[in-house]
Amino acid sequence: MLVVDNVSKTFGALRAVNRVSFEVQKGEILGLIGPNGSGKSTLFNIISGALKPSGGRIWFEGRDITGWPPQRVCHLGLARTFQIPRPFRKLTLLQNVTLAAYYGTRTALSPAAARRRALEVLELVGLPTEAHIPVSVLGAAGLKKLELARALATQPKLLLADESLGGLDATEMEQAADLLERIRREMGITIVWVEHIMGVLMRVVDRVIVLDYGEKIAEGRPEEVARDPKVIEVYLGKAGSGP
Amino acid sequence: MRKRSLLSLLGIVLLALLPLSNIETHEPYAYHILILVLLWGSIYTAWSLMGKYGFVSLGHGAFLGVAVYTVTLLWNYLHLTPWLGMPIALGLCVVLAVLIGYPCFRLRVVGHYFALVTLALGEVVRLTIIAARDYTGGSLGITPARVQPPTPVSWYALQFADRDYFYFLALALWLLTLGVWRWVSRSMSDSALNAISEDEVAAASLGIHVTGEKLRITLISAVMTGLGGILFAQYNMYLNPETLAGVGVSLEIVFAAIAGGMYVALGPTVGALLTISLREYLRVLFGTQFIGAANTIYGILLIIFIIFMPQGILGTLLAWWRRRFGTAPQPQA
Ligand SMILES: Nc1ncnc2c1ncn2[C@@H]1O[C@H](COP(=O)(O)OP(=O)(O)OP(=O)(O)O)[C@@H](O)[C@H]1O
Ligand SMILES: [Mg+2]
Repeated sequence: MLVVDNVSKTFGALRAVNRVSFEVQKGEILGLIGPNGSGKSTLFNIISGALKPSGGRIWFEGRDITGWPPQRVCHLGLARTFQIPRPFRKLTLLQNVTLAAYYGTRTALSPAAARRRALEVLELVGLPTEAHIPVSVLGAAGLKKLELARALATQPKLLLADESLGGLDATEMEQAADLLERIRREMGITIVWVEHIMGVLMRVVDRVIVLDYGEKIAEGRPEEVARDPKVIEVYLGKAGSGP
Repeated sequence: MRKRSLLSLLGIVLLALLPLSNIETHEPYAYHILILVLLWGSIYTAWSLMGKYGFVSLGHGAFLGVAVYTVTLLWNYLHLTPWLGMPIALGLCVVLAVLIGYPCFRLRVVGHYFALVTLALGEVVRLTIIAARDYTGGSLGITPARVQPPTPVSWYALQFADRDYFYFLALALWLLTLGVWRWVSRSMSDSALNAISEDEVAAASLGIHVTGEKLRITLISAVMTGLGGILFAQYNMYLNPETLAGVGVSLEIVFAAIAGGMYVALGPTVGALLTISLREYLRVLFGTQFIGAANTIYGILLIIFIIFMPQGILGTLLAWWRRRFGTAPQPQA
């Protein structure tokens, strides 16, 4: 459904993403992991149109979407969340999600239908549905849920979920994982899930891709990848010196 | 909610009935000020349609200048009625808004840079008017030709000896502008523009056409501004590039809108009431003794307002009211 073909992105001399290729199959949950700064978010930015790649092409459902503006990519059914939540603080929680429901699809819903859709999605991710709640009441976990709710409100076929953020405790991470599983099961949405640690992710995903210094160093089923010496080196190497 | 619509209706009826009170004979000066407040109130409201979403244009004088000179030049030289001149003039406002807006929005020229670009735009229009002095009269200004043969009430020329006509036209324009404000603030665009002003990247990722939304509100604002300018010029029967184009008037618009309160519907009108009466009062107070002193004091007062009341006078009052009485005479629409 999504084909990433030889994509590169350079920032000055830095090669943030270096000739990365992979495919996403309809219906799967694909994990994308890698240590800090390995290029995961940059890859998301390229796929979703927020950044233009320095090289390579992106195909979504048979269409070459390389360099498309973000709103067109969104209208095609490819939604993303931001690693660091970017809520609209001038709007209420419900307005944030209603906005996404209203503008996220190509054929616009009516405002009333957008609002209904927003309420459904808020319910699904477990956020309050009252009308006047400001975004400021949300903590780290709540803001991540809001990111997810907004993305889901655009009725995506493929969801790029950048979940790699500290600030969630173990139960919250388990909940986040369960939620992604439910989204796939109940809504039939294909998911690419970014994390920098393997942990919970490995339990949920069908396949994993590992990035390191902008390059794909491994790809496969979670248990295979976890045994891969290159991956072990990257992760244990880091683990030895840090957390 | 009901109470508020009733109150608005009452206000409109009172305003509409005002000419019956013989105000023209008893208080012609107050009547004149009121017409000015309605006209400039419309223009300031039109500016705030952008300003309240954080798109601060310092060049709305450009739209005034283009609109009023187009109508007057077409009338004076080609004897084209303002009713035909108006759509042409507003069309040119749209073209100008697109010429400046599209590249700015595409290239993400925002904040101070956007303000500077628009500032330059106002000046370009002013200098162009001055440069074309053979037709425009340059800095000396120009007077729309009197309709021939002289008629006290000419709809064709949009010239009226009787103030009542302008009063009703100004009132209609003002109500129209407030209607546009209300329509925008209740539409989905309101949320979208708020979102855009906060985070363009996030807005675009949710399917919002950022450039398109910004362009649309800019066009609406430009056209409403132009319309206000045209009516003012017909009332004033004199236009010059200093008062209807360039930095001077552009900044006046900004100051008045901010001072009144650009986030509430009636704020810009309160700004018009305040600035116009203040200016007139100071002018009368100082007479011709210290030319310029009035302007200086006017400027200082505005600065004080802006620093101490960033929400504007009306905004601050409403916020105070809400704190004091808990309930909101919520002005959002
Ligand atoms: N806009 C940018 N300009 C310059 N350098 C950037 C930019 N965005 C990212 N980078 C750099 O590109 C590299 C990859 O960053 P990226 O955010 O994609 O990593 P990541 O895998 O998402 O890391 P993390 O797990 O910490 O989120 C980093 O070295 C980062 O500093
Ligand atoms: Mg990242």
